[in-house]
Amino acid sequence: MIFIVDYAAGNLTSVKRALDSLGVASTISPDPDLIRRAERIIFPGVGHAGASMQVLKERGLDQALLEAYAAGTPILGICVGCQVSLGHSDEGDTQCLDIIPGNCPRFKLADPGLKIPHMGWNEVRVRKPHPLLKDVAEGAEFYFVHSYYPAPADPDCVYAETEYGLVFASAIGRRNLFATQFHPEKSGRVGLRLLANFAAWDGSPC
Amino acid sequence: MLTKRLISCLDVRDGKLAKSVKFVDTRDIGDPVSQARKYYEEGLDELVMYDITASSDRRDIMIDVVAAVAAQVFIPFSVGGGLRSVEDCRRVLLAGAEKINVNSAAVRNPALISEASQAFGAQCVVLSMDVKAVAPGNKIPSGYEIVIDGGRTPMGIDAIQWAQLGEELGAGELVINSIDADGTKAGYELQLTRMIVDKVGIPVIASGGGGEPEHLYQVLTEGGADAALVASMLHYGTHTIAGIKQYLHERGVKMRMNY
Repeated sequence: MIFIVDYAAGNLTSVKRALDSLGVASTISPDPDLIRRAERIIFPGVGHAGASMQVLKERGLDQALLEAYAAGTPILGICVGCQVSLGHSDEGDTQCLDIIPGNCPRFKLADPGLKIPHMGWNEVRVRKPHPLLKDVAEGAEFYFVHSYYPAPADPDCVYAETEYGLVFASAIGRRNLFATQFHPEKSGRVGLRLLANFAAWDGSPC
Repeated sequence: MLTKRLISCLDVRDGKLAKSVKFVDTRDIGDPVSQARKYYEEGLDELVMYDITASSDRRDIMIDVVAAVAAQVFIPFSVGGGLRSVEDCRRVLLAGAEKINVNSAAVRNPALISEASQAFGAQCVVLSMDVKAVAPGNKIPSGYEIVIDGGRTPMGIDAIQWAQLGEELGAGELVINSIDADGTKAGYELQLTRMIVDKVGIPVIASGGGGEPEHLYQVLTEGGADAALVASMLHYGTHTIAGIKQYLHERGVKMRMNY
């Protein structure tokens, strides 16, 4: 059973629908005790990093997630869920979970043809193999919607990169946490592949 | 590098599929859920569903259609038609749409754009505008006027100014639908599209007039659009998603080719 962390952010149900279509059991829950005991956790999100961290703290979900991470539970972060797994986000100058050291700066695009948010399908270039990227074609396009991007301090944590004005880390990971800036639940078949890989993942990064 | 998007719009009336030609004389061509699934499997980049149900007491059928589509289509999906309040928007988002598409109701009540944008985020709010070419004048300096109610009611509002106001109010994307080109299959309104692309900082989706892959090429390059919306060229089977994408790809337009 996959627990989808409910912290009043968007896209919880779209993640659940994608898992349903794969025949993978999941439940959406705001209960930190259930998250602590979960077999697997998806930590999605659409919205503001600061507001998200605030709700996580109010519900005691920040501690539950850190404990689950320390216990080796496989965790998948998506979009804002990816951003708040870093140490800090420039969005609202927010202290985040710090599972992966680093920051989330805002795009500053010199090219006036590039728009913020970065919205649409963009190529994801795999930099390092990972069980969640198994059978994901090199350069496959995923769906993005974001104005801030993950910038992990340690290049070893970067599993895939995407170019939008600059090259940024679009998939990051450390131990039993994997996190994508893009939305696998909205990325067609290749996105469903990644979710299916997560449903089968034992939490080991290789 | 971000790809250009191929978007299709399914018009739905009383829960069934319809295709409008010049906004009159619609006829049913099938079931919207299976059609949506088919386009998803064939590699469509984004789906729009527009509720053209006339009677408001039958609008709940659309919510069921949205939920059924969301359960089997895993690409961005926006819903429009008959959305007059933030509450209407919330219902289709909860049913599984990613984005809401507002048109006539936003012209009558521009606060709908800002309220929806504050409630759900700008990335969620698509402002769709129907535009007709007129003689340029004091009120309409660009020569493009906003019309509503499916093209029947001219509003005396300049399309370029409305696009800029829409962005200011919090729309995250614009759909520019040329009433003159709609259903003609003679090509998109390139000049109108380019004028708006040059004046706003949000993505622009060109709509109305697509009949050949060449037309999409023109509007995505010369017209500067971020996405092209097609209807009849797919609905009537004269072209395929793969065929259109391959054509654009070969002409150097960056498209999503892994699907």
